[in-house]
Amino acid sequence: MQKINFLKPNRDNIKNYSIIGSFLVLVSLIDVMSNAFLKINLTSFLPSSLTILFPLIIGLIGLNMMRIDYSGNKTLDLLNKNINTNNFNALLTLLILFSIIKALPQSLSWMIFDATISGDSKDACTGTGACWTYIKVWFRRFMYGMYPNEFHWRINTAFILVIALGFVGYFMKENLKKYLALYYVIIYPVIAYLVIYYLISGGSFGLQWVETGAWGGLSLTFIVSFFCLIFCFPLGMIFALGRRSNLPAIKYISICYIEFWRGVPLITVLFMSSVMFPMFLPEDFFMDKLVRVIIAITLFEAAYCAEVIRGGLQSLPRGQYDAAKSLGMGYWKMHIFVILPQALKLVIPGIANTFLALVKDTPLIFVVGLAELAGMLALAKTNPKWLGFAMEGYIFASIVFWIICYAMSKYSYNLEAKYKTER
Amino acid sequence: MNNIIKRFIPQILAILFVVLIFGFLTLNAQTNMDNRGIDFGFGFLSQESSFDVQFSLIEYSGSDSYARAFLVGLLNTLLVSFISIILCTILGVIIGVARLSSNYLIKNTAAWYVEFFRNIPLLLQIFFWYYAALRALPMPEKANAWFGVTYMTVKGYYIPAMVWENLNVFLYCGFAAIIAIILLRNYANKLRDIQGKQIPVLLYSIGLLIVLPILSFLFGGVSLEFEIPELKKLSKISYIYEGGISLPPELIALVLALSLYTSTFVAECVRAGIEGVSKGQKEAAASVGLTHNQVLKLVIMPQALRIIIPPTTNQYLNLTKNSSLAAAIAYPDLVLVFAGTALMQTGKAIEIVSITMLTYLTISLTIAAIMNWYNKKIEIKEK
Repeated sequence: MQKINFLKPNRDNIKNYSIIGSFLVLVSLIDVMSNAFLKINLTSFLPSSLTILFPLIIGLIGLNMMRIDYSGNKTLDLLNKNINTNNFNALLTLLILFSIIKALPQSLSWMIFDATISGDSKDACTGTGACWTYIKVWFRRFMYGMYPNEFHWRINTAFILVIALGFVGYFMKENLKKYLALYYVIIYPVIAYLVIYYLISGGSFGLQWVETGAWGGLSLTFIVSFFCLIFCFPLGMIFALGRRSNLPAIKYISICYIEFWRGVPLITVLFMSSVMFPMFLPEDFFMDKLVRVIIAITLFEAAYCAEVIRGGLQSLPRGQYDAAKSLGMGYWKMHIFVILPQALKLVIPGIANTFLALVKDTPLIFVVGLAELAGMLALAKTNPKWLGFAMEGYIFASIVFWIICYAMSKYSYNLEAKYKTER
Repeated sequence: MNNIIKRFIPQILAILFVVLIFGFLTLNAQTNMDNRGIDFGFGFLSQESSFDVQFSLIEYSGSDSYARAFLVGLLNTLLVSFISIILCTILGVIIGVARLSSNYLIKNTAAWYVEFFRNIPLLLQIFFWYYAALRALPMPEKANAWFGVTYMTVKGYYIPAMVWENLNVFLYCGFAAIIAIILLRNYANKLRDIQGKQIPVLLYSIGLLIVLPILSFLFGGVSLEFEIPELKKLSKISYIYEGGISLPPELIALVLALSLYTSTFVAECVRAGIEGVSKGQKEAAASVGLTHNQVLKLVIMPQALRIIIPPTTNQYLNLTKNSSLAAAIAYPDLVLVFAGTALMQTGKAIEIVSITMLTYLTISLTIAAIMNWYNKKIEIKEK
């Protein structure tokens, strides 16, 4: 006797089944859509408890009818393989589709269709949607903090210069390439510091002095993370080598250093830099708050950097050390010419990840009173003229940070893939 | 001789360098404190703190000592970390498994979830939940009941409190159940080794965990009542819920942000762990005749867990350290209560910041030590 397979298609009747199935799925999707977009309830004739479940049940039956191991129809097979392998998967597929459809109109109308962007005061925002006017008016503050408007070109020029200097390494002549590391580790940080000091701080060359207290916004995030990166890298290298050293005193000093900084949260380190650090400085020695914060974050991140670099050092085969030693190289010669060039290449993705973490940590400097993006948002939020737009502000900041961090993580992923194939 | 110099000179120099730095800093601190008339010491810990904390797990008032304020902060930190760790593990495992799903939609939704929450700074997420999302909740008098008895309002989440009678009997029964389960497991292992018989241990364990506490209700005189929060009018426009437990919005915002953020990292650990088990293992296990569940339980999970647990513990540690961001939204954790308010009142910057850092350091190093021990234990012992 043939098994009754109601709702179970085979290759002969798949055409009918797939048509009925896709029709049912379509009905369920249309039902949800009309509910979400047009606020029309197509199934109001059903009892209310069934109304919610109706599209789900119809959709499930539809998907079940379309499911077959091999139909010969390319589209159908692709569909079945990817979203419809079994009942549980079909259920999840439908749930995800429904929630996307339900959430879409609300968020779209809030963010785009009902939103306001014209005007330059709070009064322009009368709609029910988001008030992007707020972002538009405060944009310069979010980017540059309280830095005087007429001097914003100084920040832009400084950034362009610093980035351009960073690319110098690519265009160096062949015979200068051996100084590349020297350039990046010692010369570049100094030049970058001078550029930022003289252009952004000013005070000479006819540029007006701008206090670091006025710096802020996204540019401050860049400044802090840039300096922390270029300083924490050499420091981390020293401690990574120290931890691998066979001299016990140096080894244990490095271990203590690394484990100490890795064991405490950054926020306490920042607290330390703002309330405890001044106590440890000579009496009449004043250090700017921003400099203190940069030092604190550098010391903190150096420990993480050290661990990443140590990973690279450890992954090199022993043969490299032995070969270098058998050529009569001493410790420094061996490391500078044989070990570090290979190890550092291996840890570039890891360093990129550390840098990513560093960028995500910079909003924390807000707790010691430096107003970078998160700090500016807190300021703008409490401005009596612009009360009640916290949501827009945080969404804007989240998007900005998300783009930066996502681009960086993709870049580090590419680097990882690139260096993986070369080995 | 040459060798000895080579070995000792750098070490002595390094030690000298460290000693000099510390000496220089201490000397400066000494002169600075002398000049400002501050004296170093931990005597302030027993003094009256005279500030209030809005949310605490233990009895606390302004007349208690600074040491107790420290304890309040520490407990609050541990509470928020504990809840977030549980939530982020559940979420992380679900997302991690979902990323390996064969379903295109599920896989990509999970991937975008990870990319989305991982790439926004935690502080911004906390701010978003606290200042934007939770502020949009209704006032207490307009709140609808969730599940009938809990109320999510702009002033916090109100849930029923449990009022126990003879709680200790109940706890003893719970302990007894756990001990019985351990014994049962040992017995089952022995039986399997000697006779090759399998006992459904999991089923029996769940049974024990349910039956023993029920027995305590029936015969041990244990009873449980729920104290349901009720709306109370304070003045014309101000309402509040009384009774039950109220979770402040700071706690909710913090838990949400921490668990969503950390769950992405946990998900990546879980995915890496499951992917790390080679396909051959699964096929070999299946060809020996194990069922699908047995393959998962006896072959895949033990190997995957070995890869998953160390980095996940690291994430838990990060979460605990990140919970210090609570200070930014005024949740009274260790940093806010101790390194914030107490420091402001006493001015003992060095002592208080060091105690705070040492506390976090102790937590981290303890967990790291346990992890190292565990790693050694589960290491594949090659012959």
